[in-house]
Amino acid sequence: EFRRFSLERSKPGKFEEFYGLLQHVHKIPNVDVLVGYTDIHGDLLPINNDDNYHKAVSTANPLLRIFIQRKEDADYSAFGTDTMTRKKNVLSNVLRPDNHKKKPHIVISMPQDFRPVSSIIDVDILPETHRRVRLYKYGTDKPLGFYIRDGSSVRVTPHGLEKVPGIFISRLVPGGLAQSTGLLAVNDEVLEVNGIEVSGKSLDQVTDMMIANSRNLIITVRPANQRNNVVRNSRTSGSSGQSTESSLPSSTPNILANFLQGEEESDEEDIIIEDSGEPQQIPKAAPTSESLESLTQIELHESTQNGFLPSSEMNLNHSAGSISMEYEVQDQDHKSLEEDGTIITL
Amino acid sequence: MRRFLRPGHDPVRERLKRDLFQFNKTVEHGFPHQPSALGYSPFLHLMAIGTRSGAIKLYGAPGVEFMGLHEENNTVMQIHFIPDQCQLVTLLDDNSLHLWSLKQHSGASELREEHRFTLKGPPGSPPSATQITAVLPHSSREVLYLGTESGNIFVVELPSFRLLEDRTITSEAVLQRVPEDYCNRRSCELVEALREHPKNPDQILIGYSRGLIVVWDLQNNKVTHHFLGSQQLENLYWQRDGSKFISCHYDGSYTQWPLSSDNRQPEPLENTMPYGPFPCKAISKIYWQTTKNGLPYIIFQGGMPRASYGDRHSISVVHGSQQTAFDFTSRVIDFFIIFSSEPAAEFDDPSAMVVLAEEELVVIDLKTAGWPAVHPPYLASLHCSAITCSHHVSNIPLKLWERIISAGSKQNIHYSSMPWPIDGGTNIAPDPPQRDLLLTGHEDGTVRFWDASGVCLHLLYKLSTVRVFLTDADPNDNMNTLGEDEWPPLRKVGTFDPYSDDPRLGIQKIYLCKYSGYLTVAGTAGQVLVMELNDEDAEHVVDHAEADLLQDQEGYRWKGHEKLKTRDGPVRFEAGFQPFVLVQCQPPAVVTSLALHSEWKLVAFGTSHGFGLFDHQQKRLVFVKCTLHPSDQLALEGPLSRVKSLKKSLRQSFRRIRRSRVSSRKRRGGSGNTSEVQEANAKFDQEALQEMELAPVQRKIEARSAEDSFTGFVRTLYFADTFLRDSSRHCPSLWAGTNGGTVYAFSLRVPPAERRMDEPVRAEQAKEIQLMHRAPVVGILVLDGRSTPLPEPLEVAHDLSKSPDMQGSHQLLVVSEEQFKVFTLPKVSSKLKLKLTALEGCRVRKVTVANFGSCKTDDYSENDLAVLTNLGDIQIISLPFLKLQIRYPCIRKEDVSGIASCVFTKYGQGFYLISPSEFERFSLSTKWLVEPRCVVDMPEVTSNNHVHNKSGMENAAR
Repeated sequence: EFRRFSLERSKPGKFEEFYGLLQHVHKIPNVDVLVGYTDIHGDLLPINNDDNYHKAVSTANPLLRIFIQRKEDADYSAFGTDTMTRKKNVLSNVLRPDNHKKKPHIVISMPQDFRPVSSIIDVDILPETHRRVRLYKYGTDKPLGFYIRDGSSVRVTPHGLEKVPGIFISRLVPGGLAQSTGLLAVNDEVLEVNGIEVSGKSLDQVTDMMIANSRNLIITVRPANQRNNVVRNSRTSGSSGQSTESSLPSSTPNILANFLQGEEESDEEDIIIEDSGEPQQIPKAAPTSESLESLTQIELHESTQNGFLPSSEMNLNHSAGSISMEYEVQDQDHKSLEEDGTIITL
Repeated sequence: MRRFLRPGHDPVRERLKRDLFQFNKTVEHGFPHQPSALGYSPFLHLMAIGTRSGAIKLYGAPGVEFMGLHEENNTVMQIHFIPDQCQLVTLLDDNSLHLWSLKQHSGASELREEHRFTLKGPPGSPPSATQITAVLPHSSREVLYLGTESGNIFVVELPSFRLLEDRTITSEAVLQRVPEDYCNRRSCELVEALREHPKNPDQILIGYSRGLIVVWDLQNNKVTHHFLGSQQLENLYWQRDGSKFISCHYDGSYTQWPLSSDNRQPEPLENTMPYGPFPCKAISKIYWQTTKNGLPYIIFQGGMPRASYGDRHSISVVHGSQQTAFDFTSRVIDFFIIFSSEPAAEFDDPSAMVVLAEEELVVIDLKTAGWPAVHPPYLASLHCSAITCSHHVSNIPLKLWERIISAGSKQNIHYSSMPWPIDGGTNIAPDPPQRDLLLTGHEDGTVRFWDASGVCLHLLYKLSTVRVFLTDADPNDNMNTLGEDEWPPLRKVGTFDPYSDDPRLGIQKIYLCKYSGYLTVAGTAGQVLVMELNDEDAEHVVDHAEADLLQDQEGYRWKGHEKLKTRDGPVRFEAGFQPFVLVQCQPPAVVTSLALHSEWKLVAFGTSHGFGLFDHQQKRLVFVKCTLHPSDQLALEGPLSRVKSLKKSLRQSFRRIRRSRVSSRKRRGGSGNTSEVQEANAKFDQEALQEMELAPVQRKIEARSAEDSFTGFVRTLYFADTFLRDSSRHCPSLWAGTNGGTVYAFSLRVPPAERRMDEPVRAEQAKEIQLMHRAPVVGILVLDGRSTPLPEPLEVAHDLSKSPDMQGSHQLLVVSEEQFKVFTLPKVSSKLKLKLTALEGCRVRKVTVANFGSCKTDDYSENDLAVLTNLGDIQIISLPFLKLQIRYPCIRKEDVSGIASCVFTKYGQGFYLISPSEFERFSLSTKWLVEPRCVVDMPEVTSNNHVHNKSGMENAAR
């Protein structure tokens, strides 16, 4: 059934109020529903918090198409890229694992706040046998959920085949971030952690490196199963531009070229409590230091992108920017993403 | 990684770095781990100690030391100096012989291995044919006589180690003239002892294990005398004039034999069993020393009644009616007597006995009545009680230094005043640049103060905290309670006592203020003692306070050890550091951090539950802060104490092994003892290994969370006078860092001096910083306006430091195990950081600010961070820009206890334990280098008189 009603664009209000309004309009006061809308690309995107609600309202042109599904029989996978237009998209075909349809679909619980949990990155610069996986630990309560072990792999060297020691994934914890992404598997060999090669490092060293990077962990692996590798396509060279298209995190990972370098400093923000007041982010003491007020604004503004536009703008900004040891001049786009750190309580 | 790809290679800075930093391991302090052999040169006045790991160390006058290492890392079995030479021969347990020389090289002597040699028998002979059991360097300095298991004695030329086959003394040749019936009963078998005649170098005395002793004439290649011993032989010793010799035996007896020209087969003069008549243990070594007054000294090792005293490690000294059995705390490896070595002297006149026991060196003054022990200037047993922590204080003011020495000298009155008798060589190292103290905390509740200024780590003073508490252990437990008429006349000597009766007494943290003489120590059961230096004995009550670190938190139950009970009423303290305040943390968990501010008279302490601040002037607790996460049950139950008790039970089982040892025969028996332990060790290792194989090694990858265990564990405490609230007023502050990556800052209000006793010290929490990576905070430091670390309390008052810059803005450096971060103050904003773990996979274990001076110019010095990582690497990181300057591998990463024991000094030196009993000293600085540099001069060889090294004498007297 269809309803049509109007909202004041300048004062959309809160998502809770909007949700109540929908229930009221549809006379379904006690039914849990999923709310979605179509964006300008024709993608079906969810509305479940203030941020994406505001985003949705701001994209209305002037009409905003809202889709409401009963929660019990909702098809979560309906959300995402090209869901509405169904047009042939080379990229999405390439990226969607071949066995996607054979596998039972991984049902993720309805997230309170959609955000990416993992991605495959740097496809265009890595050998096809390697996979660089980024796990977004921040903002999720899920454990990373994997174990590593010592092992050995066979390498081709100038002296012929040689057995060399290596680090391997030994176990995935059911329900953990690593398992739920489907991008890491037992017996995958770990080659790099956040851009640092692990060869020559001990298991304990690699463990410490991974834990130190745990809030923004980028692991380059040689998958034990080499059949699901990304097939290089001539088009993918400009892949960084592609990631503006939103994707469903669980099944269609983003491609973020050169993300690694730009993100090096992004993994943490410390918190300060002054005189037993409210916890606050510790700002950067950069030459262009921001007042707290402006930070707050930026946070609100930027977080409209949470979950759905995880990447490309800041990525582009950042890969160009240099990070010197003395003064980390970080652009605010970048920073805003981690402002979610405020939700982490002391 | 990029930071290392482009670290702006500034050639000026690179050159400066070369002038500032340099890594050297300079000297090993303490007592060698697992000593296995002892040698002494009466000619050079040098002592040599060999170890089971193949090290050989030479010691002479204080400061004169040399070290060598056999490539094979095999146990050193025997050490023999070549008479009248700067050379020595070592025998390893792989039957190889090694010749070492002391040679001068650019002004200083060095110990070098010259030759090696393995005795080879004819093809097809059993290995025992050439297994060396006795070595005799002949006084001609040209040959070595090598007694073997087969009974043959081989002769090799020196220094080439060429075997002189025609001079071999075969057992057949020896047996030719021995009576038939004796021959039949006993064949020669193993050569137990070889001794050259003291007057006639052509005669050597050969002792075989079955009891046969012969005098062999080297000129005529024949036996001149037979001595038909009936007991299994252990050792032989010539009387000084060569008219008699003495043999000691397996049954605990010794026998004197005459040597006369008319009787070729003499009967024994006297056969004595000193601790008979019941079966006794073997006497494995014996000395017969003549004196002017006629009464000889008979000194022998072992011989105790087997049943009742068989487990004692004893050496008995008999002189007329005086007899003492020195009872050592560990197995006696070997001993020697220092006596008049001038050939012209008529008598031996022994002056000292030097005993190498497994865990310590004991020297007994034989000239002074009562035979007191001599205080060794080196080879201190650091591990008398296990070391639990250490603290280094550089550049001690002379006044404090003298007061500590004076307090220590009152403790050492029972030592002999004899100058150190082993005084060979000359120390030519420059005088140490400053007076440095190394304080070690021990498991038995003592703190030992070591002079760490130079090459000889020397005990100055020992402080015990035990008196403050009521413990089960009777302080007089270890004293010798035997009465006058006790037999055998045992006397305990030595200080090694590794078994703590109450592990709660263990010292965990030490802080000494060198300007005020205030000392605070904290221990395993949450006890914090504040002490003051008093030059007199005193009796007073120790003020007692309790700090409930859980505050209002309810429903917790501490399952660890109880707190220590305190003594009521006044306690008598000897001169030295005397406690006047005791704070006990509740729950009584181990104190994990400690800080003292002697100017503000405040002491801060932290445990796994929280931290507190105590005003030791008003003797009042200022505040406590609980850092415990409500869900952290582990920290509450006190699993640390569980770990402790496991350690304890392990130690007890070792104690049992030790006790159950049946000390049997000297050489073989000796190795039998150790093999027993080795076997037990091997078995244990194997079991541990199997356990490991069952569970494949894997590591969990998980982000840290606030709910992890031990996040509240307080790792570091720091006092600073800085800008905490606003940039116009600075104030005293206390900073605390936890295991969970939290930093707390409290602003303090300390009343001015004139109202110090009237107004309370107030504290208020001003800041709390949560590091997002949640790694343990191991160091906090405030840099002043010039980016210089704030000076220590009272440092400015004593004109030893520039006043800090209070005009410019201060910065806060927080060092976690994973990162270094600099924040601005008073408004906390992050300025820069250096990630260590994320990039290199190593973690910070120790961090200190060190001052590095340039070796080129006197007027340049800078402050840097010296960092030790869990991989055993040392990194130097610049301040305030946090740039890695240089990195040195220092400790093996498997050596966890070595890494944990490391302590840095303020001037770029450091110490770490290489064994329970030895500190390795290292230096990161080009300017401050403490290493042995010494000369051993060859005294005149031609005149056979012993020429004493004059300078060596002077050195010893210093």
